[in-house]
Amino acid sequence: MKVLNFTLMPYRAMDVPASKAHRSAWVVLPNTFYDPEKGAHDYESYIDLLAQSEPLGFDGVCVNEHHQTAYGLMPAPNLIASALIQRTKTIKIAVLGRALPLVNNPINIAEEFAMLDNMSRGRMIAGFVRGIGAEYHSTTVNPFYSHERFHEAHDLIVKAWTQPGPFAWEGEHFNLNYVNLWPRVYQQPHPPIWIPSQGSIETIEWAADPSRKYPFLVTFSAREAVIKNLLAYKDQTQKYGYEAQSSQLGWAAPVYVADTVEKAMQESREAIEALFNDYLTLPMEMLLPPGYTSIESLKKIIATKKAIGRGGFGGPNQRQTLERLMELGTVLVGTPETILNQIEQVKEKTNLGNFVSMLQFGTLSNELTQRNQARFASDIMPKLQKMV
Amino acid sequence: MTDILKPCRVGNINLNLRRQGQGRAILFLHGAGGVSEWSPFFQELSSNHDVWVPDHPGFGVSDNPPFIKNMSDLAMFYLDFLDEHAPPDGFDIVGHSIGGWLAAEIATRNARHIRSMSFISSAGLRLEGCPMGDVFIWNAEESIKNLIFDPVIQEKRLNAQPTLEEAEILVRNKFTFAKLAWHPRLFNPDLKKWLHRIKVPTQVIWGEHDGLIPKEYAKMWADALHAQECTVLKDCSHSPVSEKPVETAQLIKNFLGKYSS
Repeated sequence: MKVLNFTLMPYRAMDVPASKAHRSAWVVLPNTFYDPEKGAHDYESYIDLLAQSEPLGFDGVCVNEHHQTAYGLMPAPNLIASALIQRTKTIKIAVLGRALPLVNNPINIAEEFAMLDNMSRGRMIAGFVRGIGAEYHSTTVNPFYSHERFHEAHDLIVKAWTQPGPFAWEGEHFNLNYVNLWPRVYQQPHPPIWIPSQGSIETIEWAADPSRKYPFLVTFSAREAVIKNLLAYKDQTQKYGYEAQSSQLGWAAPVYVADTVEKAMQESREAIEALFNDYLTLPMEMLLPPGYTSIESLKKIIATKKAIGRGGFGGPNQRQTLERLMELGTVLVGTPETILNQIEQVKEKTNLGNFVSMLQFGTLSNELTQRNQARFASDIMPKLQKMV
Repeated sequence: MTDILKPCRVGNINLNLRRQGQGRAILFLHGAGGVSEWSPFFQELSSNHDVWVPDHPGFGVSDNPPFIKNMSDLAMFYLDFLDEHAPPDGFDIVGHSIGGWLAAEIATRNARHIRSMSFISSAGLRLEGCPMGDVFIWNAEESIKNLIFDPVIQEKRLNAQPTLEEAEILVRNKFTFAKLAWHPRLFNPDLKKWLHRIKVPTQVIWGEHDGLIPKEYAKMWADALHAQECTVLKDCSHSPVSEKPVETAQLIKNFLGKYSS
């Protein structure tokens, strides 16, 4: 199994009680909540923490894109990827991912990845996402065309990476007379493309298609949903007439490890509960704007979703407790043995091949994150990496 | 109720059309919430008019052809509708909210089948410095409180328990609404400069307490259209059609009596 290290880079100094006067920590939380001095400290810390992944033995580091939120300070994740290229020599750098529908010219994304791929001599993994519902509010891109724009942008980027330029792109949403990437990508035919998702059937069918076989990474979901989605992906590959390799199956989850379960809970409680209750506050109207999902998927989500923060799911006054999140398996908190055991269970059922550990989350301090990272890297990761 | 439902096709697209009454024909173009019943407003209007109320493509139970991608396509579609269905002496058009916007998009292209136009709480233009409410970020309760002034009607809506079928239509309406109006939000930046092409008599009706499109927009519309009449209704928000059904219908009838020929 490959193990990658990920942080969302939350703004840890957010005044949580004051933030509750606002609809969400997304889109509408006034940026007067952001103190540049404290924010600069966070950036420095997070880049240091991720850069330590290489000497600690991780296979890769991950960053991702979010806009106008205290939940994650990476509206331009490629900038962080670029910094990490300079701080590491061998490990993979995964941008999980860029939100393709949100840009007006997807070639910008193709170009930036091509630069990073050259600068890192082929260490990039390109995650492609649609962006979270709230980002259709912050960017004004019409959610009704989210899927169409995603697919067209994807096709354009892959063609730009793999076909000689210049060529013209005659699309529905994008029209370009000259597509001619300078630089070309370093990896051939192109950097690996991963699809992080919370698992809609449309996404699974598309990612598993034999022409793509894109690794699928289930994020922020209850254990049951992780297993269900990975099995759905495997089923889909069988329908397509091939067997999914373990490298196509991934899971991303917050992890906190300590000597005892009690100690792990005590040290991580505040940070995890902040992540799910204070940073991931997304009322339904922001999470799922009209057209972002198909009507059918929308019905399914409303019926089954259990794992994500307050607001649309479970009512605004119901806080997600650490106990509940552990019980659901949305977060892995415990001793090396209990955590390994939980990952093994998923591995046995799904043949999971990529594990993305989120070792900094919510308000977790540098000190606790460092301890968590070191412990995870010494007592859990080697055993995961030995699993076939 | 079934007797008011008339089959209606435009090309090969099926529209759900409610139609009732005798007299000169009125075409009502509904807002984003769609139409769920033959309400008192339509009752009143149809006492001496032949009132046509189609569900727009993608709303209610009308077809949802994928080639309608934006408000411009919807306007072109309605030009086909008018060519196929308008009575020889045309329609008086009444448009509410995005239905008003649609009416303006139709008439700036071709007003051949249009005798007069009434714009109720119309979307379609932007008044700089006077933002509209964010109808897509509001939750159900906020929407009701912002769109309805009368606390009794608010309460009724808040307590409404839609059937599964009704709930699906609500979701469908919202999806099509987003397709047409998410961005630019509820307006067409190129519409205002062509409103002078509307030469038929026009009137503007607004709710004084419109929580979505503030009443300042009424004046902008009336000025841009050189409207014959402009009325701001007291104790009313974004839906004069449901909050002031009789008064609004009466305004339209009076206006048609004076100006429609």
